[in-house]
Amino acid sequence: MTVAYDRKPVLWDIDLDIPAGQLVGIVGPNGAGKSTLIKAVMDLVPTASGRVRVFGKPFKQSRSRVGYVPQRESVDWDFPVDALDVVAMGLYRKVGWFLPVRAVHRKQAMAALDKVGIAELAHRQISQLSGGQQQRVFLARALVQDADLYLMDEPFAAVDAATERAIVTVLRELRSRGKTVLVVHHDLQTVPEYFDHVILINMRIVAHGPTPEVFTKENLHRTYGGKLTLLSQAAEALMREERGL
Amino acid sequence: MTPTFTPGPSASSLTHSITDRSVSWPTWDQFQRVLLLSDYNTRLVVLGTLTLGAAAGLIGSFMLLRKRALLGDALSHATLPGIVLAFLFSVAAGGTGKGLSVLLLGGSITAVLGVLAVLLIRRYTRIKEDAALGVVLSVFFGLGVALLGIAQRTGQGNSAGLESFIYGKAASMVALDATLIGAVALTVTLICILLFKELKLLCFDTAYAGGQGWPTLRLDLILMAMVVTITVTGLQAVGLILVIALLIIPAAAARFWSDRLAPMAMLAALLGGLSAGVGASMSALFPRMPSGAMIVLVAALVFLVSMIFGRSRGILARALRRHFFNRKVGRQHLLRAMFEVLDSEDEPCSDLTLVQIDRLLALRSWSPRALRREIARAHGDELVVPAGDNAVRFSPGGLLEARRLVRQHRLWEMYLITHADIAPSHVDRDADAIEHILSPELIAQLEELAARKAEAPRIPHSPHAIGVVSPA
Repeated sequence: MTVAYDRKPVLWDIDLDIPAGQLVGIVGPNGAGKSTLIKAVMDLVPTASGRVRVFGKPFKQSRSRVGYVPQRESVDWDFPVDALDVVAMGLYRKVGWFLPVRAVHRKQAMAALDKVGIAELAHRQISQLSGGQQQRVFLARALVQDADLYLMDEPFAAVDAATERAIVTVLRELRSRGKTVLVVHHDLQTVPEYFDHVILINMRIVAHGPTPEVFTKENLHRTYGGKLTLLSQAAEALMREERGL
Repeated sequence: MTPTFTPGPSASSLTHSITDRSVSWPTWDQFQRVLLLSDYNTRLVVLGTLTLGAAAGLIGSFMLLRKRALLGDALSHATLPGIVLAFLFSVAAGGTGKGLSVLLLGGSITAVLGVLAVLLIRRYTRIKEDAALGVVLSVFFGLGVALLGIAQRTGQGNSAGLESFIYGKAASMVALDATLIGAVALTVTLICILLFKELKLLCFDTAYAGGQGWPTLRLDLILMAMVVTITVTGLQAVGLILVIALLIIPAAAARFWSDRLAPMAMLAALLGGLSAGVGASMSALFPRMPSGAMIVLVAALVFLVSMIFGRSRGILARALRRHFFNRKVGRQHLLRAMFEVLDSEDEPCSDLTLVQIDRLLALRSWSPRALRREIARAHGDELVVPAGDNAVRFSPGGLLEARRLVRQHRLWEMYLITHADIAPSHVDRDADAIEHILSPELIAQLEELAARKAEAPRIPHSPHAIGVVSPA
């Protein structure tokens, strides 16, 4: 699979088979295409070539089994909704077209908020939550969907210690229930502690496999060290060419 | 359907000589008639505009939150060439050019073309959205004005009426127009109710909505279609330059009052209807004033009032919150200072021990007057009891509160020393700045850290000498 933004390829020849029932970390430098990989799985960015299969089917058919936690900065937190409203959004598909959210859904959303430890903040306007609490609201929105595969984009970015612990607890609980979790992660130190499986990525897959085997100094050096100057230059040239500039 | 049109007595006041340039003040009788909607014509105009304003306020809330407010402006300006072209075609086809539906259809077509032009420019060039909007808005409007010149020069049909689309002339509304507005408003309201949660999700988090399988592009198109419909319907009453005001201002004003989308959207509809209705009535009273301008000015007043008095984020509400916060800070400073005076004297801290005012004055940079004011306030809150002119003591409740505050303060100081490597001589000022905003969650975390260091849950000793406090 190759993914291109605005015809500029950001991921080249990705060939991945992600094992089910594991906590998988996606690790790589800035601009390596970590978020893009997740978005490509969900058809949110057009893939230039190749295909994605989720549980053996195209994403469109297994969509309800996939929960998504976007980056916290991707939305405007000044939006006039409270924490419970946001979590309930994870149930909108179940509620269906045109129908309003009912008491039974609110109860489920409340339970999800409780699971991430902020049930008492349910009726707070989302701009009045701390960064960690906002992240937990997003996590609860994915949890309430009761998916089998979770895609999380930097859930640990700039969160407090309590939130980090709450998220890790939730991740482990998900794994114990046989769920698969893909997490874009940037803190190298915690990778061996948090993840069973790791994908090292820098515009292409550098290495992937069980953490003890793959998360080695040499592989990390290959991911972060040598900048792929030629690859990114080629990508930019390709984009300029396409745009006729 | 032929509109039944029975001009009331005030209809004569709506027609005026073009040379008459003085503002004619309405008589009390006219005022009463407009206010009570006793004339058929006025009733029609005011109710029609009011309905339009309500629908525009509702849909405007979603536009505002989708951050597409200015697209509505480009869209309304792009209607002009379509209206004039439709007029020219209809005249060329032998008509009078007065068929409103034909003109509005023409306007809708160029409005959609304008939006498409913005989207295409953004997609295929490196020009950013704001510039694309500016280009499309001015080019389409310029084209419209040029065509208007041609239409007026040919002199066929009644081209004079076209100008009312620019500034708005609610008074020319007939029963058929009002029916049309009512139907459009009803449809838009129904769609907004049915698609409420879908539109909410679209506006809040488009990427997530897409991942969940909601057709975000189609939802966006529905939203845009509703905006086009409302804009085109509102052209006659408000005019294409100012119709954007009915979309944005009520929604922006409503945001000051509510932190939830449903109340905000309903309030935006209410404020939109109010502004439009009152504006149209005023324009009926002062026939020289274009209704569009009147409506915008009333809406601006509503916005101003909301900005100042809005319950959830108005200026006054924020000033009040700041005032109460400052009061809280002052109270906490007093209690902590009193506790520290007692603490430094190695006396058993009790609510019986007197604290000399002079000692308190030395501890903080407050003037004797400010200190007395704090003491009087704290006395009012039953936290302290003044003892004569020069001393003060805690009430039992005040002592409890002081213990809590000092504990928080010192926990934060300890944290700064052990975790942030800040020198003990500096932590007091830092803790002073932050202690008033410590949330219960943060304090719980501090407690946890302190407990991990096997500290008994008591008030830790001050890590620095008390009395050499640097003034905050």
